[in-house]
Parts: sequence; structure tokens; C-alpha cells
Amino acid sequence: MPDNYFARYLPLLIHFLLAGALASAIVLLSWLIGYRKPTRAKLSPYECGMVPVGDARQRFSVKFYLVAMMFIIFDVEAVFLYPWAVVLRQLKMFGFWEMLVYVGIVLVGFFYVWKKGVLDWGKATSARRGEV
Amino acid sequence: MNGAAQVTPQAVEYIRILPEIVLTIFGIIIMMLDPLMDERRSQRTLGAVGLVGALAAIVATLYQSQYPGVGFWGMVNVDSFSVFFHFLVTAVTAVVILTSYEYMEVQQIRAGEYYGLILFGAVGMCLMSSAVELVLIFIALEISSISTYILAGFRRRAAISSESSVKYFLLGSFATAFFLYGVALMFGATGSTSIAVIGQVLASGQPPVLAYVGIALMFVGLGFKVAAAPFHVWTPDVYEGAPAPIVGFMSTAPKAAVFAVLLRILFEAHAPGRLWLIWVVAALSMTLGNIGALVQDNVKRLLAYSSIAHAGYLLVAFAALPANGIPAAMFYTASYAAMNVGAFAVVSHLASAGERYVTMEDYAGLGRRSPLLAATLTIFLLSLIGIPATGGFFAKFYVFSAALQANLVGLVIIGVLNSAVGAYYYLRVIVVMYMREARQEVPVSPVPLGLGVALAISAVATIYLGVLPGRVLEYATRSAGDLLR
Amino acid sequence: MTPSLHLVLIPILPLIGAAVNGLLGKRFSRQAVATVALAFCGAAFAMALWIALRFSSLPIPLTEYVAPWIRAGSFQADFAFYLDQLSLVMMLVVTGVGFLIHIYAVGYMWEEGGFYRFFSYLNLFMFFMLTLVLANNYLLMFIGWEGVGLASYLLIGFWFTKDAAAAAGKKAFIVNRIGDFGFLIALFLLIKHFGSLNFADVFGTIVENSTQYPVETAGAGLLTAIGLLLMVGAAGKSAQLPLYVWLPDAMEGPTPVSALIHAATMVTAGVYMVARSHVIFDRAPMALTVVAIVGTLTALFAATIGICQTDIKKVLAYSTISQLGYMFLACGVAAYSAGIFHLMTHAFFKGLLFLAAGSVIHAIGGEQDMRKMGGLRDHIPATFWTMTAATFAIAGFPPFAGFFSKDEILWRASQVSLAYWGIGVFTAFLTSFYMFRLWFLTFFGEYRGDQEATQAHGGIHATGSRAGVPAPHGHSGIHESPKIMLIPLAILAILSVMGGWIGAHRFELFLAPVFSSHQTAHLVALTSEQAGQITAMEHLEWVFTAISVAAAALGLYLAWLLYRDRPQLPQRIANALGGFYHAVANKYYVDELYAVLFVKPVVDGSTSILWHGVDQNVIDDTLNDSAEAARDVSDSVRHMQSGNLRSYAGWVALGAAGVIAYMIWMGTR
Repeated sequence: MPDNYFARYLPLLIHFLLAGALASAIVLLSWLIGYRKPTRAKLSPYECGMVPVGDARQRFSVKFYLVAMMFIIFDVEAVFLYPWAVVLRQLKMFGFWEMLVYVGIVLVGFFYVWKKGVLDWGKATSARRGEV
Repeated sequence: MNGAAQVTPQAVEYIRILPEIVLTIFGIIIMMLDPLMDERRSQRTLGAVGLVGALAAIVATLYQSQYPGVGFWGMVNVDSFSVFFHFLVTAVTAVVILTSYEYMEVQQIRAGEYYGLILFGAVGMCLMSSAVELVLIFIALEISSISTYILAGFRRRAAISSESSVKYFLLGSFATAFFLYGVALMFGATGSTSIAVIGQVLASGQPPVLAYVGIALMFVGLGFKVAAAPFHVWTPDVYEGAPAPIVGFMSTAPKAAVFAVLLRILFEAHAPGRLWLIWVVAALSMTLGNIGALVQDNVKRLLAYSSIAHAGYLLVAFAALPANGIPAAMFYTASYAAMNVGAFAVVSHLASAGERYVTMEDYAGLGRRSPLLAATLTIFLLSLIGIPATGGFFAKFYVFSAALQANLVGLVIIGVLNSAVGAYYYLRVIVVMYMREARQEVPVSPVPLGLGVALAISAVATIYLGVLPGRVLEYATRSAGDLLR
Repeated sequence: MTPSLHLVLIPILPLIGAAVNGLLGKRFSRQAVATVALAFCGAAFAMALWIALRFSSLPIPLTEYVAPWIRAGSFQADFAFYLDQLSLVMMLVVTGVGFLIHIYAVGYMWEEGGFYRFFSYLNLFMFFMLTLVLANNYLLMFIGWEGVGLASYLLIGFWFTKDAAAAAGKKAFIVNRIGDFGFLIALFLLIKHFGSLNFADVFGTIVENSTQYPVETAGAGLLTAIGLLLMVGAAGKSAQLPLYVWLPDAMEGPTPVSALIHAATMVTAGVYMVARSHVIFDRAPMALTVVAIVGTLTALFAATIGICQTDIKKVLAYSTISQLGYMFLACGVAAYSAGIFHLMTHAFFKGLLFLAAGSVIHAIGGEQDMRKMGGLRDHIPATFWTMTAATFAIAGFPPFAGFFSKDEILWRASQVSLAYWGIGVFTAFLTSFYMFRLWFLTFFGEYRGDQEATQAHGGIHATGSRAGVPAPHGHSGIHESPKIMLIPLAILAILSVMGGWIGAHRFELFLAPVFSSHQTAHLVALTSEQAGQITAMEHLEWVFTAISVAAAALGLYLAWLLYRDRPQLPQRIANALGGFYHAVANKYYVDELYAVLFVKPVVDGSTSILWHGVDQNVIDDTLNDSAEAARDVSDSVRHMQSGNLRSYAGWVALGAAGVIAYMIWMGTR
């Protein structure tokens, strides 16, 4: 019964449409009928009361991205410990050894990152001495 | 849920992922050695470790073949089918590492991760061929893909290589998303991600529309990975920019693994409504690939289009009946791997520093300057054309013959005509090598030992498959029986 | 159980020769290379002779298994060789003529670079050709079939420094691929329906299940389809309409190659294949008719082109195409043994013609244009006399070999349709005319070559080395070829004279076990239906023969008139004919037509749409842009993202949409 299959989700679709319509209506209406009087001060970006300097769209050092990436990787890997901890009793020693292997591999990654100088903020690009 | 009662895997189940374990361990060893060693001198050592790892994985595969069966709660299944692809992937890995030895030195790329990534990629590819569960397949697919994304960008000083890597990465992620979505829909339609269970559900009655959409989405994702039209657009750019040995790697090993997945999903899961879908995609790939290749002057680009066309020939087998189609497809992947890895090995040797010499012009007069190298490349090109006494001939022969037994006359005619068109551009390379004078002297350095061994293996495999295809085909037929049981 | 004949050695011996010369030849002296090539080729010939001598004591047909090859499911093909009367004849022709041409080639190629390479290829060719002839299944035959194509490609392109030679090699290869396409599909159909490619299995099944495989008189069935597809393959390999275009170009190869491959052996493979598959053709009258019509038209068409050619080798090339047409005509009227008989005599006299032409070219230092020859009779008498024998043979004068075989074909054709016979006789007249034109232009009258060069003794050779044809010898002027070249000429001349004396009838009786053991109801019916006619015509055979000899004589007279007696006439005729003459002289513009019809659209389409449209604009714009972006990789990445990557993703998404839409449609149907 393919028709019924999709028909079951019809309320959900209606819900989404309504929500979308409402949201866009609010934004659109306030944009259309709202009273605007832009001044220089109003248009400047809000930066905690500081006077903004330069363009916001400037480049960041790639280091930031690298660190952010490292954080995400290790963070996600650490998350695996939670479900493991819940079922540890059922898994018995097998679970223990498996997690040891897992943590071991994560540590190897950490070792690699460390030795490659990714975490060394001051060293700049010298870690890649062979290539650049 | 047969595995619910048993929590701890038995020792034999570890044997069923032994090649993957071996490859991972060697990959990790490389990763740990790399930062500890002097980059200027470590390359050979790390390459050697990688080679040993690949060889050890081959041994592990042979050992593993003694212990067929399911492991890890129905996630992996070792049968003669998976062993075939394990062997193929690990052998290609070994040959590519042998090729890379010289290449990395000439290109002055000093990065031990290179070999590590090849091994990690091989882990994913091996796992793809033995995984019988869609989520594991997805993870394996990602392991293999991410490794190749990075490997494609290893010529860091060349903008074109970074371009290749980024394009591959973005489009590849796009395509994997399709696959994942397909897996989700499939789960919705059948309540399982196990291929065997899905197969039972789909075979038991009229499958829901959701299953059709699931198959469609998975097909898009996998079609992208094997560069089948219309999901092939990335191929020429990516192949042109990526390091030549890596192109040899990623045009064969991951493709073989993805074809293995496709075979499992389409045939073992009794995917509905596949015939005309594959028909059209195969015809499109063959035609677009061959026509696109006609006017290429860059050899890597030419081989990229050629690989699109070959994906098309291979898909012809998927439209055939399983009993003939599966062995034909398996034979094709094997012989394509042998000839294409070999061809790219020659290309990577001739490319010289910075991959300067990759146009047709640079191959002029190669027949005289380096007769042996030219002769080897000729073998691979003849095999790509499909001349008898090479693997390429029997590959095409079995595929088309299987398709004709399924009464796909139209597709076979398109295929055979295409292979006639294809002869033209491969022949152009041969003609240029033997029958044109070089306008400028392109230096050809002597072939080092590693590359020589790699070329010898590829050439011998190509000719072996062309002269004595019997054993491999017999094995493939048996595997098909295993798969369909 | 008879002792093994070691049939496998016959193809293997030349292969060993090829391997030895190919791998080690570079270090050998010329004598050593020649010795190796001749020894292995000669050994194969000796073995063939040995088998022929004890042939009557052998249990024929005989199959020798060498090794299992492919066994996949029910399908099976082995390395196995098959010996019957037909393959014996083919084997003798191939090894015998092949051996003679090898000897000749030693003299002809002596001064050439790449001597070892040449003989390695030549032996390789022998290997594939013998595999083709002796195979016991279609698959092994196909291996040989493709192999000879490859060897021919290598040999045509032997003088690869010549652009024309390289292009000709490529053309031959590609046109043959089109033919192979038909052959391959025929093989797939055979596998599908018979589950085997063994000659014995396939033919046995057809013969035994005559109800299942009846004569397909009413409309086309499976066997007709297979027959027609096989004919496509044969037309490619044997240069029949419309796939003949590669053969004239193939004359860029060295002359011994033209003699061996493009006259005596390889191009006749198609005829052999059709004769071998006669069980299929017998039951597919429509396919047979197509074979006959293609053969007849090709014979006529090529003969008309032959009249206007000025290059001595091109004349012979078109003549070969025309004679192959005769052979197909014979097969098309189910007179297979007549076709094979003509194949054999043709191998003698056409091989000889090419070798003699090579000797002529050799003598005057590489000139191939007949307008610059003349009066060579006294300078090279041995060549003249052998060529005369061959010319009379091909023209069909009794008692030369060609007379017997051609007469048999025409007679058998006349029993099926007088139209075949009429065109055949007219073609015989044309053949005689252009062959004697060649003969008169070359050997009679005054020498029309560069007079000063000849007087300057040796200066004439300058043209030779430029054209890439044999370089000058130590001596000078117009000179006879060395003995090593003349001996094969003499032997072939004897065969051209006496080769037909065995008689078509006796030859047919010899081959009868191959062809008539499967005599079908259809043919019996055909003969009984026309029996009255035939007996009525029986006494006409002599009349028919007389007419064809008269046609040959007329050709001779006309050639004498135009080229000996009143040499200014041809030009006047050409002027009078105007456009028609130009069309014929330019080979009816077929090459140009093909270029416009097939080659250009594909290349243009590929160039404009895929290359300029998709590839260059979409893809290469990015690459050009990224040249600028090379300064800053991150810049280029940003650029790509904004530009074409989206279009790539668009393609993928579009394809995905198509796939999903189709699958939803399939699912909801």
C-alpha cells in the first residue's frame, strides 16, 4: 500500500508547511511594514561595546582550524566511552580489552599529532619542514 | 538476532577480519615511525614496512580462506567471494606501494603517511568486500574514501593536485550522503540493515516503494564511486591531478571493492527494478567514456575516461543473470585491476619530477628510447582494447556473453561497438610511441627494481588472465554459487 | 589410437622463432636472424608436409587436445587442434607459401634496419595464422583471427617513420575491429544457443536436430543471424564491401608482407571461416545469398577501380579484393570447395605477383608508379617470365592455375543464377585487362623513368631510400634481384602454371568429406528442383568455359591495343569519360565518403560537445583559472567551489533525480 504509506506522514508535512509559512510570514511582515531608520551606529556590528576595527571577513590562521578539528575528533572518540560504560558489565573482560585497544589507537593518533607538532603553537610551519 | 545470546566473539571470528587487523597494525606502525624518523631518510623504510604489511595481508587472506563463515554478529561474512576481493585489493596495494617507491623519490614528496594511508584505505576496501551489513559497509566505504581523498592531494606543491583532492572530497561526501540516506530508507522499508534479512524481506512479497528509493539512493552513491555515468563528472579532473600511482590505486582497488558491494546488494538482497536502471547507466558510461577519451591529449585524462568506459562494460555484467553475471564481473575487476595498475605504473615512471610529461607528445618515440617500457605499456593498452591473449579480451568476452544469455542484445551491441571505438584512442598511444619521432627529447630514466617488479607482476597477471583464464573464472563461478546460496 | 601428430608444434615452431628473434635478435647478425626465422618456419612446413604424406592413413577428422583452457559451468573451450581435409589444405598453403615468402624476404629486407624485428613479426604472424587454421573451436580461431590482425598491424606500420604507413596500420586495425564486432556477436549467439564453440559440437547439434534447426528458407532465423554476423567478420578480414577500404592502404607495408598477409594468407581467413561454418550457411539461404551478392559486387567494384590505378602495388591490392570476391561468390553458391580451390591457386599466383612486383620495385630503386616504368623485360628477364606466368594465371588462360579455379566458380555460379555468372565473366574480362595493362606498362615499350638518373647509374636509388623502400645495393642501374629472391619466384611460377592441374573435380572429391557429409535436405532439394535445368546445361559447360576464356583474351587484346599499340588512346578515353573516370581513379571517393559519414561526426561531436562544451568550458575554465590561483591554493579552492564544482554536483544530483524518479515509478507501477 504505497499510497497509504506516504499518507501516514501527511500530518507531518502539513506541520512543516505551516511552521515554515508562519516563520516566513513573521519575518516578511516585519521587514515589509517595520519602520526603519538606519544610522551609522546602528549598522555597525556589535562587539561588546568596543569600536569595531577592520572587516569581519578576514582570514584566520589555519592553526585554529587544525585545533578545532583535533578537538572534534578526540571529543567524538571520547563520546564512545559512555555507551561502553553502560554495558561494561555484560561485556565482561572482552569489553575491557576491546576498549583498551580502542583507547590505544586513539593514543597513537594523539602521539602522532603531538610528534608532528600540531599542538606546538609557536613552531609555526616548521613541522612540515620537508615539504614547504 | 542469532548473536544476541553470545556476547563475546570467538577467536575464529578474529581470523575472519585478520587481513584488516594486519593492515591496521602495519598502518599504525608507519604512523608511529613516521614522526620519529628523519623525513629525508625514512621514506624507504616506511615504504618497506608498507610493503611487508600488504604482503602479510595477502598471507592473512590465504589463511583466512580456510575459515569461511559469519563473524561479529552477522556483520562480516568470509566466503570465497570476499576472499577473491581481499586478495585483489591487497595485491593491488602491494603493487602500488612498489610503484610509489620511485615515484615519491622523484617527486620529492617526503611523507610517510602516504604508505600508512594506502594501508588504511586497503582496510576499508577489504572490509567492504566481506561486510554483509549496510552500516558496516558504509563505514568501510568511508574509511576507504577518506584515505583516497587525502592521497589524491599528495602532490602538495601542484595546485592541480589540491584541486583534485578537494573536488574528490566534496563530491565524494555528497555521494556518500546519498548512500547513507539509501541505507536509512532501506532500514525503514525492511526493518534491518543486514543484507541477508533484507534479501528475505524483499523476496517474500511486493517490496514497498521505500525499498525502491533506498536501492536508487544506494546505487547513486556507489555509482559515483565507480565513476559510472552520469555520476562520472569528477573522474577526469581528479585523475589528472592526483599522483599517478594513486590514480592506479583508486581506479582499481576501491572500484573493485565497491563493485563487490554492488554485487552483494543487487544480487544477494534481490534488489528490485534494477535491470533497466543498470542498462541505461552501463550504456551511458560506455558511450560517454569512450567518446570523451577520443580527443584527450593528456594520458592520465585519457585513462580517466577509459576507466569510465570500463565501469560501463563492467556494469553490463550486472544486468545479466546472476549465475553468469557475477563471475563475469569478478573476472573483469581482476583483469581491469591488473592492466590499469600496470598502465599507471608506466605513466608514473615517465611522468618524471612534477609530473611534467603526461601528454601524448611526451610518449613519442618511446618505442625506440625505451623499448621494454613501451612494450609493457603496449601490453596493458592492448588488454584495455580487449585483444585476445590478454586479460581484457576474456573480461569483455565473458561480460558480453553473459549479457547475451540474458537476451540483452541491444546492450551487447552498444558494448561491442563501444569497444571498437575504444580501440582508436588506445591505439593512438601505441602509434605515438612507436611511429612518431619525439619533437623534444623527454628523459627516460632506467626502471628501478621496485617498479620493475610491479610492472612484471601486472604484465604477467594480464597475460595469465588472457591465456589461461580458466582457473580464475572457475573460482569466480564457485564464488557466485556461494554468494547466491 | 594413432600416435600423436603433435599438431601443436606447427603453430608453436614459428612462435619460438618469433620469440628468439624478438628477444635476442638485436644481438644477432643478419645471417643468424635469417637462419632462425627460416629454420622455424621451414620446420613447420616440413611437419605439414609430413602430415600430408601420411594423411591417407590417419583417422580423419582428427582432434588433438593440448591442454584444458576454459571450463566455466557448461561452457568449455580447450587448446585443441583439428585436422581434416580443409585444414590440411589451408595448413599447406600457409606454411608452403609462407616459407617461400620468408626466403624472398631475406633478400628483400637485407639492407633494411630492424631486420630482426621484421622477421620476428613475420614468424609471429605465421603462429597466429596457423592457430586460426588449425583451431578446433571458434574461440581459439578468434584468438588467431585477432592475432593475425595484430601482426598485420605491426607489419604494415613497419616503416613507422612514414606517416602514411602508421596511418594505414591504424586504419586496418580499426576497420577490422568493426568486422570483429560482427564475429564476436556471432560467437555469443553460438554460446547462448549451443553452449559451446567447438566446431564438432555446434555442427553436430545442428545436423542431428534437423527439426530444431531446419533450413531457414522462410524468413530469417537464428542460423541466418549467426551466418550474417559471421559474414560481417569475414568481410572485415577479407576486405569485402563495404569494409575493404583498409587493404589498398595496407600496401604501405614492405612488399613481402603484402604478398604473405594481404594476398596469400590472412585476407583469405574470411573465406576459410565461411567455408568452415558451411553447416550454418547451408541452413541459412538468405545469408548465403548475401555472401554471394557481396562477393560478386566486390569482385566487380574492385576490378573497375583496379583499371585506373597507377601504383603497381595498388593495382594488385584491388585485384586481390576482386579475387576474394570470387571466393565469396563461390561460398555463396555453396561451392565451398571451388572457393577453397581458388584460394589455393590465388595464393600461388597472387603471392607471385606481389613478389615479382617487389622485384621490379627493387630493380628500379623503389619506384612504384607504373607510368615511370616500361621496357624492363630485357633488364630483369627472370622477374619478367615469372610475372608473365602469374599474369596469365590470374587472367584465367588455360592451362594456368587460375583458369581451373575461376572457371569452376563461374560454372557453379551459373547454376544458381546467370546474373552471378554474367558479372563474373565481365569481371574476368576486367581482370585480364588491368593485369595486362600492368604487364605492358611495366615490361614493354620504352623506359619512362628518370633517364638522367638511370644514366647516372645509381642516382635512381635516391628515390628508393626516401620512400623507405630498399636502400641501394652495391651495384647500380636497373638490376635483377639476387638469387635468394628469384628462387621463390621460380617455385611459385611453377605452382602458378601447374597448381590447377589437379583439377577442380578431383579437389572437390578430396574435400568432399568436409563439405558433403552434411549435405542438407535443402541442397538436395535445390539440385533436384534444378536437376532438369542442370542436365540441360551440362553440355553447355564447354560453351561457358569458352566464353570466359574469350573474355580474358579480349582483355588481353584491349590492353595491348591501348597500352602497346596506341598508347595515346587511354588519355583520350579518360578525357572523354570525364567525371566518371575521375570517380573511378579516385576509388569512387569511398574513403572520403566514410570520412564524412562516420569519422567526422564522431570526432566533431566528441570535440565540440564533449571536449569544448563540457570538458573545456566547464572543466578547463577552472584549470585555467587555477593557474592564476596557483599563487594561493586556498583562493583556488574558493574559486572552484563557486564555479564548476557546483555544476559537477548538479550533474550528480540530476542523475540521482533521474534514478530515483525511475525507481519510484518502478515501485509504484
